[in-house]
Amino acid sequence: METINYQNFRIEAENICVDYNGKVALYDANLRLKPGQICGLVGMNGAGKTTFFNALTGFVNISKGKIRINGESVRSAQKDQTIAYVPQNEGIDSQFPISVWDVVMMGRYGSMNIFRSPRESDVQAVKDAIERVDLTDHLSTPIGNLSGGQRKRTFLARAIAQRASILLLDEPFSGVDIRTEKLISELFIQFKNEGKTILLSTHDMMHVREFCDLVLLINKTVVAYGETSEVFTPENITTTFGGISPDFLFGPES
Amino acid sequence: MELCSFLTLDSFITDPLTHDFMRKALLMSSLVAAVCGFLSSYLTLKGWALMGDAVSHSVMPGVVVAYALGLPFSLGAFIFGVGSVALIGFIKQKSRVKEDTVIGLVFTGFFALGIVLVSKIKSNIDLHSILFGSPLGISLSDVKQTIFISLLVVILLSIFRKDLMLYCFDPRHAKTVGINVFFLHYLLLTCLSLAAVVGLQSVGIILVVAMLITPGATAYLLTDKFDNMTVISVLSAIISSLVGIYVSFWFDLETGGSIVLAQTFIFLFAFLFAPRYGIFKLKKLFAGYK
Repeated sequence: METINYQNFRIEAENICVDYNGKVALYDANLRLKPGQICGLVGMNGAGKTTFFNALTGFVNISKGKIRINGESVRSAQKDQTIAYVPQNEGIDSQFPISVWDVVMMGRYGSMNIFRSPRESDVQAVKDAIERVDLTDHLSTPIGNLSGGQRKRTFLARAIAQRASILLLDEPFSGVDIRTEKLISELFIQFKNEGKTILLSTHDMMHVREFCDLVLLINKTVVAYGETSEVFTPENITTTFGGISPDFLFGPES
Repeated sequence: MELCSFLTLDSFITDPLTHDFMRKALLMSSLVAAVCGFLSSYLTLKGWALMGDAVSHSVMPGVVVAYALGLPFSLGAFIFGVGSVALIGFIKQKSRVKEDTVIGLVFTGFFALGIVLVSKIKSNIDLHSILFGSPLGISLSDVKQTIFISLLVVILLSIFRKDLMLYCFDPRHAKTVGINVFFLHYLLLTCLSLAAVVGLQSVGIILVVAMLITPGATAYLLTDKFDNMTVISVLSAIISSLVGIYVSFWFDLETGGSIVLAQTFIFLFAFLFAPRYGIFKLKKLFAGYK
């Protein structure tokens, strides 16, 4: 087991900009996260949440700024399997002819040989991961036959099997059942204790208060960033959501 | 080839085999079908049907130019096939025109260029055999080329089988774990161009896209496992080729068209009677009788 230095930054994004053919999706965004931290990424649709994830995984290139993962480039983070991405349920083709087992095994591809033939250790990692998300009864079930929550857990298991130290989760709680929600929140606590770093996007403000040590409010750029207790204020939320009051968004209790 | 000569099923099958050109046609078409069927699983899951259509039509000028220059026609076809895709990508990126429009625009342009070239270059190019295929008149040098290209595609697809599946399913994850997505994209395109080249000998440029999508679509209705899908796709493609050639032999029909029609019928059968995804869900019907 690698030793974790809790003082070093896992993620350092400095003044990053992303544009798609001249259209700016994100500019001057900063983020610094250490091991064991859970950070919520909050913003409207089109505010650049997915773009932020894409920049961190290297799926899109940044046009300006710098990203360091464990002090190294995104490229070497990819090689080291450092980052795992858990997509939104809408982001995947649920009719693809593939089983739970095969999806989770994909978490191991990056560290396998060119034919992607599983070793004993890969099989064990996949088994363990599936057990942790409580899908052992569905090993060979095609993903098309799973519920939304089960499908979400399948992709979580893939991230676990990958043994990544950074987890990026796109709307982990959307469209899942109560059981899955409970299981995911338990896993978050375990991940935190294991020293993993988690960045999750969410629409649900309750979840931010419940799980996130830090919160990053964005609207094409960073509106506010810091400890949830300090930064997650009605004023900041209103700014993030383009002037709409949080009362309207989440009810008067907020 | 008179109808009365096939009195038994046995002679229906064995009589054509006495002809050298028929043995060659059956073997070559089965090989081509297997290659296209293999690739077909990936193309249907990736949603590249239109891309397949584009590439297969765009190889036309390449074939003509290669013939005129005395080069292997597969080389010309390959260059124009990949070139068309590069051009599609370039125009899409540099203009506001939507992708499907760009695809349609580019491949018809290439195809038209091919037709114009055929009419201008005086040679022994048989336009009919390029457009509609000529599995019964395949030459020895074509046989060698076909075998070489087919083996190449099968080897490439076999090596990168799982990576290509991941690329079709979740390219973002592939990228995140350091798999070269750019390479896989062009690998799949290369295989597509090569398969189009060998496929056009069987069924011709106009129908080759059917070889590249119909077997995969049929298999997709019949299974939930990727490996099974590939096997079913390959088998249905081979069976269609054999059936198409036999039927065209006995009834004196256009061979390429017969092969594609056979594929279409197998698809329709799956569409209606597939156990889980068919209209009449056979599984449920049988379950009712138990």
